[in-house]
Amino acid sequence: MSDHSEQAGHGVHIVPVRTYVLVFIALMIGTALTTAAAYVDMGPWNTPVALAIATAKLMLVVLFFMHVKYAAGLTRIAILAGFFWLGIMVALTCSDELTRHWEIIPKGWGGMIVPFLHHLLF
Amino acid sequence: MSEMATHGAHPPGFAHQFEDMTQQREAGSLGMWVFLVTEILFFGGMFTAYIVYRALHYESFVTGSHLLEVKFGATNTAVLICSSFTMAMAIRSAQAGKRKGQIIFWLILTMIFGALFLGLKFNFEWRHDYIEHIVPGFGFRYRPEWGALGPEVQMFMCFYFFMTGLHALHMIVGLGILTVLVIMTARNKFSPKYFAPLEISGLYWHFVDIVWIYLFALLYLIGGRY
Repeated sequence: MSDHSEQAGHGVHIVPVRTYVLVFIALMIGTALTTAAAYVDMGPWNTPVALAIATAKLMLVVLFFMHVKYAAGLTRIAILAGFFWLGIMVALTCSDELTRHWEIIPKGWGGMIVPFLHHLLF
Repeated sequence: MSEMATHGAHPPGFAHQFEDMTQQREAGSLGMWVFLVTEILFFGGMFTAYIVYRALHYESFVTGSHLLEVKFGATNTAVLICSSFTMAMAIRSAQAGKRKGQIIFWLILTMIFGALFLGLKFNFEWRHDYIEHIVPGFGFRYRPEWGALGPEVQMFMCFYFFMTGLHALHMIVGLGILTVLVIMTARNKFSPKYFAPLEISGLYWHFVDIVWIYLFALLYLIGGRY
């Protein structure tokens, strides 16, 4: 019996051992890669690269180890909703906290417009 | 057919409010994911706070991050990935109807990796942090090279201990769950038709693994190590 045709009753999808081993190897390579990447100066790109690798690892774990690739649509929507709500929390909190020190009217509009017109006209 | 007879025909582990085993399994999986979504938002609260304070005090957080040892973080990441693999194999063994000894073998291996993670964390990493005087509330000392950034570096360490501490607490709970699973397996509770407790606990274990993957990237690797 080949690994792929292994199917228990009641529609249980049995993931082949090969898939689990490949996912495991990919996760290990991802860990080595993200650790190595931290020692390379990529300027502002270090954090995005680390997060991208972490997210790729998350996808592998969720899809294969947690069987979401074979899960019902309802379960997938519930998971996506969870991450979407996390996105709302992060985005709205940042839009508040990180913009508090912004000046609403930088130096006063009048103070900007008059020198600007002066610069244009003279 | 009398109700008694219908009941007698139920496979073990089948709850009669469900149409069939597939529906029961999907309902269980959905229920666990709804719980995990609350966990995502629970850890997400701390991740959000971390993102905000990191953006506000970037330099201090890089200084704090450089106090952590990458070798501990990377080793523990590898250990947790191993434990996730063995957990997946334990569930697979039950699905494929393997001997219960094989299921227990993978579960025990998962517990060993989990315990190894906690052992490395408590016995090496946190001990190292204590000796270095970077544990807030336990002999934390400002270093002259931090200058005015001292309090913010301490705040980074607070984030580090709260986030990894809460993660470690989840690991301890996971070890308790695995102990129960070993006992249930030994008592022949699982079959290829019924393995819901294994599947559900597996989701929890993999979730804890995912949280660590992000903790490793955010706490140990931010700002680079060059």
